[in-house]
Amino acid sequence: MTDTLTPVLTRNWGTDRSWTLDAYRAQGGYEGLKKALTMAPVDVMNEVKAAGLRGRGGAGFPTGMKWSFVPQDNPNPKYLVVNGDESEPGTCKDIPLMMASPHTLVEGAIISAYAINAHTAFIYIRGEVVHPIRRVQAAVKEAYEAGLLGTNILGTGYDLELIVHAGAGAYICGEETALLNSLEGLRGQPRLRPPFPAVAGLYASPTVINNVESISTVPSILRYGKEWFASMGTEKSQGFTIYSLSGHVKNPGQYEAPLGTTMRQLIELAGGMRDGHELKFFTPGGSSTPILTAEHLDVPLDYEGLAAAGTMLGTKAMQVFDETVSVVRTTKRWLEFYKHESCGKCTPCREGTWWLVQLLAKLEAGQGEEGDVDKLLSVADTITGKSFCTLVEGAIACVTSAVRHFRPEFEVGCHTPAWDYLPYSASALFPISDKEVHA
Amino acid sequence: MSEPVPMAEMIQVTIDGVEVTVPKGTLAIRAAEAAGIVIPRFCDHPLLDPAGACRQCMVEIVDMGNGRGFPKPQPSCATEAAQGMVLKSQATSEQAAKAQADILELLLINHPLDCPVCDKGGECPLQNQALAQGRGETRFDGVKREYPKPIALSDLVLLDRERCVMCTRCTRFADQIAGDPMISLVERGAKQQIGIYPEQPYDSYFSGNVVQICPVGALTSADYRFSARPFDLVSTVTTCENCASGCQMRVDARHYEVRRRYAGEDMDVNEEWTCDRGRFGFVSARGDDRVTRPMVRKDGELVPVSWPEALDAAVHGLEAAAGSVGVLTGGRLTWETAYAYSVFARTVAKTNSIDFRARSASEEEARFLGANVAGKTLEESVTYADLEQAGKVVLVFFEPEDESPAIFLRLRKANRKKGLAIQTVSTFLSRGSAKLNATLVPARPNDIPQRLAELDIDSDTIILVGERATRIPGTLTVLMDKVRATGARMAWVPRRAGEIAAIEAGCLPGLLPGGRPVTDARAVAQMADLWGGDIPTAPGLDAVSQLAAAAQGDLAALIVSGVEVSDFDDPDQAEAGVERAFVVSLESRLSDVARRADVVLPVDVLEQTEGTFLDWEHRPRPVNQVVTNPRSPMTEIRVLAALAEAMGVDLGFRTPAGARESMADIPAWDGPRTEELAVRPEEVDAKGVVVSTWRELIDDARCLDGADSLLGTARPEVARISPQTLRTEGLATSSYVRLTGPKGSVTLPLLVDPTMVDQVVWAPFKGRDMALASIGVGVGVPVTLAAAPDPKKEGEE
Amino acid sequence: MSGHEFEHTFDNTGSVDMTDTSTNIDKAAIDQLTAIAEKYPRKRSALMPMLHFVQSVDGRVSPRGIEVCAEILGITPAQVSGVATFYTMYKRRPAGKHHIGVCTTALCAVMGGDALLEAVERKLGIGEEETTADGMFSLEKVECNAACDFAPIMMVNWEFMDNMTPEKAEQILDDLAAGREVRSTRGPVLSSWAHTESVLAGIYDGQADEGPSAGEPSLRGLQAAAAHGWTGVPEGSQK
Repeated sequence: MTDTLTPVLTRNWGTDRSWTLDAYRAQGGYEGLKKALTMAPVDVMNEVKAAGLRGRGGAGFPTGMKWSFVPQDNPNPKYLVVNGDESEPGTCKDIPLMMASPHTLVEGAIISAYAINAHTAFIYIRGEVVHPIRRVQAAVKEAYEAGLLGTNILGTGYDLELIVHAGAGAYICGEETALLNSLEGLRGQPRLRPPFPAVAGLYASPTVINNVESISTVPSILRYGKEWFASMGTEKSQGFTIYSLSGHVKNPGQYEAPLGTTMRQLIELAGGMRDGHELKFFTPGGSSTPILTAEHLDVPLDYEGLAAAGTMLGTKAMQVFDETVSVVRTTKRWLEFYKHESCGKCTPCREGTWWLVQLLAKLEAGQGEEGDVDKLLSVADTITGKSFCTLVEGAIACVTSAVRHFRPEFEVGCHTPAWDYLPYSASALFPISDKEVHA
Repeated sequence: MSEPVPMAEMIQVTIDGVEVTVPKGTLAIRAAEAAGIVIPRFCDHPLLDPAGACRQCMVEIVDMGNGRGFPKPQPSCATEAAQGMVLKSQATSEQAAKAQADILELLLINHPLDCPVCDKGGECPLQNQALAQGRGETRFDGVKREYPKPIALSDLVLLDRERCVMCTRCTRFADQIAGDPMISLVERGAKQQIGIYPEQPYDSYFSGNVVQICPVGALTSADYRFSARPFDLVSTVTTCENCASGCQMRVDARHYEVRRRYAGEDMDVNEEWTCDRGRFGFVSARGDDRVTRPMVRKDGELVPVSWPEALDAAVHGLEAAAGSVGVLTGGRLTWETAYAYSVFARTVAKTNSIDFRARSASEEEARFLGANVAGKTLEESVTYADLEQAGKVVLVFFEPEDESPAIFLRLRKANRKKGLAIQTVSTFLSRGSAKLNATLVPARPNDIPQRLAELDIDSDTIILVGERATRIPGTLTVLMDKVRATGARMAWVPRRAGEIAAIEAGCLPGLLPGGRPVTDARAVAQMADLWGGDIPTAPGLDAVSQLAAAAQGDLAALIVSGVEVSDFDDPDQAEAGVERAFVVSLESRLSDVARRADVVLPVDVLEQTEGTFLDWEHRPRPVNQVVTNPRSPMTEIRVLAALAEAMGVDLGFRTPAGARESMADIPAWDGPRTEELAVRPEEVDAKGVVVSTWRELIDDARCLDGADSLLGTARPEVARISPQTLRTEGLATSSYVRLTGPKGSVTLPLLVDPTMVDQVVWAPFKGRDMALASIGVGVGVPVTLAAAPDPKKEGEE
Repeated sequence: MSGHEFEHTFDNTGSVDMTDTSTNIDKAAIDQLTAIAEKYPRKRSALMPMLHFVQSVDGRVSPRGIEVCAEILGITPAQVSGVATFYTMYKRRPAGKHHIGVCTTALCAVMGGDALLEAVERKLGIGEEETTADGMFSLEKVECNAACDFAPIMMVNWEFMDNMTPEKAEQILDDLAAGREVRSTRGPVLSSWAHTESVLAGIYDGQADEGPSAGEPSLRGLQAAAAHGWTGVPEGSQK
């Protein structure tokens, strides 16, 4: 029987100077690498494949399978790119991981690069978080000094260069092909697929792009074995993951647990909702996943369970909102986020977010007209299903799920400002006057 | 020889129930076109890499060819057709029709409603699409995006940002096709726009293409803006007269005046592109110097006279010359007109002193042209397609971006798509060469024959040699030796549109039409028979010799068409010749020859006539009459025929069509060709600095007069030297350099170029305020360099 | 509404500020930029860190910075400008010594971020994307900064200032203005935005050892597991 919480990646986060090589080694760090380097690369890949690890960055694609798509007979160099552009609203797991235990990531990157025969790897970290970047820079430096990176790693003859690269502010760079463009010094706009990155990615060479958490999970699989990993979680969603709880729970934070844990369990672990309040809605995997309500408290939080509930596991970022919160306000604010982050490449996203923000602003201000909620849904339908990448689909998910669960509240927007209907002061963690918030 | 091109694997696709067979790799949108189904699109362009950005071309994919379909509509511009694929367009699929209507609605929410004042109105894909598929009324009642309008991307191209649909055709063209990414997407999201870096305008030689391919009215041409409505324009397909590339053009005229020129579509030649010189350089005949009435010199002044009086004066002067006549035809005539001059020279002026070369020229070149260029058909020649298939292309005295832009684009395409290796034997890696990823074979101009001899090439190589080769003796000799030794192919690429046709027409002292040597008795007899009457057999003088003889008083008269004295290496001698001889100038403008002529006979400009050019491939390129104003002057052929008649000779035809009929009677020449003149390269003095130069595409050419916006995009005039030359010539602290030749000096800004060969200075041949010919230097000529102060500041002091 | 005016006229867009051509880029800076370019398999990959470095030297993306990057990388200034104007961290006009970011994406906004932003605007007397006259502070409304369990959050020089309140924020601004030492809640003593930009350019500043391993919320799951005796790794494997 697996424990309710399974700290593996988070296990050493409380350790003194956990970010240092010494501290990491003291708790068995780089054992996974040592083991991996005794194996053939393809065996490392198969181990990860057999463990059932799926991508933790949102899409949930099996990591080992992604590696297996790299054509090893391609004469070009192979590249590993770690996606540390954590920017999905609500998502806040990779940043603390890189801050507390950057060596977990570095070790994972070395093993993963080895598995795909890459000799150059990159860790792309969003730029707006300088301290985690420092910690990863320092960890990479330590790893080079300790012979864990560079030429002839641990005397095995394997060479790897690892470059830490800071982004500069663009949510879209979390999309893997946009990230590749960004890493090539271009505007971070997504690329056409095919060709897929596994075949023609960075510098048109075979490239694997994995999320920070996925890569950081790899050392534990090597160290403790695929059976151990697969023993956790559910049938098709194996292993453990970091659930990020934020919002109106008593103890927001990072909860590492087997996949399939329920929201009810997580809220309970987080000490329940803040005093005197009850759950209104939550995002299961960041703002791009359709919101759920109290009726979904027992849905298993895994890839299949959430798909069955009409939403997605996404980045496992549970943003929890209580009954004080105006869903019209949050929806509009998320849409402003998508409008701000739209890369501009394709029509539906660039123009669609422009339109939706205006429609939602009217509703928030209580200036909606008869039929505006239907129009909102109709415009959402005009936008959906045609975009270049999935960014705007996240925006559409926000709108459609919010209206699905809370249509009457949107209808209120035809006569009453959201801040009058649900005073914004009630949602804040500190006392503020309502006049202040929307003056 | 090249490997045979393998037949593409063919696949079957069904679109709207229509089955089509297309090569594997074809995009769905193109497969639909093959089935006669047009899918609306904005970002898609067949010659650009797919972008998938506008999302207008969504189709329903019922079956990807594997039994499964896509649940969502897919962009047909970015989806490859697959064997057995079943697609539905907007015609048969509700899903596709809705997706397209949705995208159109979204494209229009921020689009201004300024169609009535927009240049694109009436020929706008977005407007057409809105009419065909758009909603009657907008649902969008929000706030539209606004920008200050418009911004200048260059002197030629303006951008109205709020009209832009972000299709990125322009930026992809600039980056992929022309290699000039001076325009880029800037900003992001709703604010995304096309932009330049403000300090570096979009001064690409190919910038006009982005105006043409813009699917909305976002990019407009500064010259054409607000000057006509598309439905008032009459379009004519014709050929560009600005170089020997042979670009097909679509010329739009209104009220007997050309308003704009677009690139025509000819996939064998220019594909769908053309250069800015060809596109915008068409107003030179609109200046005050346009000649519309005949003129005769009286008391030292040219005065307008009647046609009979002018013809009388011409006849009088020519008869007085009594056979001591030369004919200079310039390099810009159509095949028909050149032929008319060829006939006129032989049957009326009774001379072989005819030459089209208003530029550097040599006997070695004349014989090379007779032996290796004249009398060729397209099938026997190197073509654009051959360039794409070649194993390697070597450029000798040839800068395609400046001298034949369509060749440049084709070479760039071949390099980009197929990795074609390109070598340039030159004095530095020019911007054009860099964009071709060319390898520089560095050589001082005088060493080029030697470098050429040493090249490692084979039968899969094509050598493109430019007209400047004539300046360095032995180059063409070495070239042909190399061609014969290796089996490589060769094409001579002149700069001017009429040169190949002039060669074919026999506008050389040693050449009759079709490659017939004047020295061959059978050739002479054949032509005499066709033309009726005797024709001269005595060797004629080439252009430079004619002018020299005229200057000495040894040649009494000249008949000159389309020649500028400043085009010759020795303009002073040319001027002296024109001054001294009796000159009949057939001109559309008061050129520097016409100004000094004794009789000026006004002729039409190209847009007023029809005919044929032969491009560098020897491909016939039709010239069609664009402007049909009854007040147009006579065609040059008709003027020649009138002059002939006044001299008592029937030219045999009076129109281009008549000239063609006459040419059609000439059988292919099966006799011996001109013999080459083997010239040994000169021993080069290794000391001192020599000149490297060529005509840049946009320079002080008379045919660009008046095209001020275009001239504003000319490259800065500089003198380039190597870092080593900077030191040896003691120029290290100077930002200007003075070049001194036998006849004077010019001062230019100094540019140190690390790719430049030592002991060479490169400068443009003809700038706005300078001409190398005026100081007596040209390719390979010694020059002295000296540090110079900024001439502008000097002037102020 | 709610601090979010709908913006629709974009007068000053399309490039960095060309009216200010001042620069501190000297030979040493060019050498540093060149060194950054050489770190990558293909040098154009270095453009983003190079632009971060330009900001650390010039306080913004300066015209000279664009031109130098273009020259080193062998690309056009328009291409550099296209990148510089795409990413929000690249500033067109000089940022303050300290650059303040207040998160107002939905969750932070709801939990007090909107009020926090207004408090900061009031305190500094500037709006978003503006810099105080003394050059001490610049302000930006940021989108989700991956610290939602610390909401509402503020960033100073891209260092975390977690669990913010208007009072705390005002105190921080007062202390910074007075030159007093202020420490990030999860990082070092705040130095300057320009310093941060050099770290983002890949120039490690030796300050990784500053600050805690993790903030309190990051450890809550771990603490709950410890309280229950739950572990994730096999028995006996814990050293």
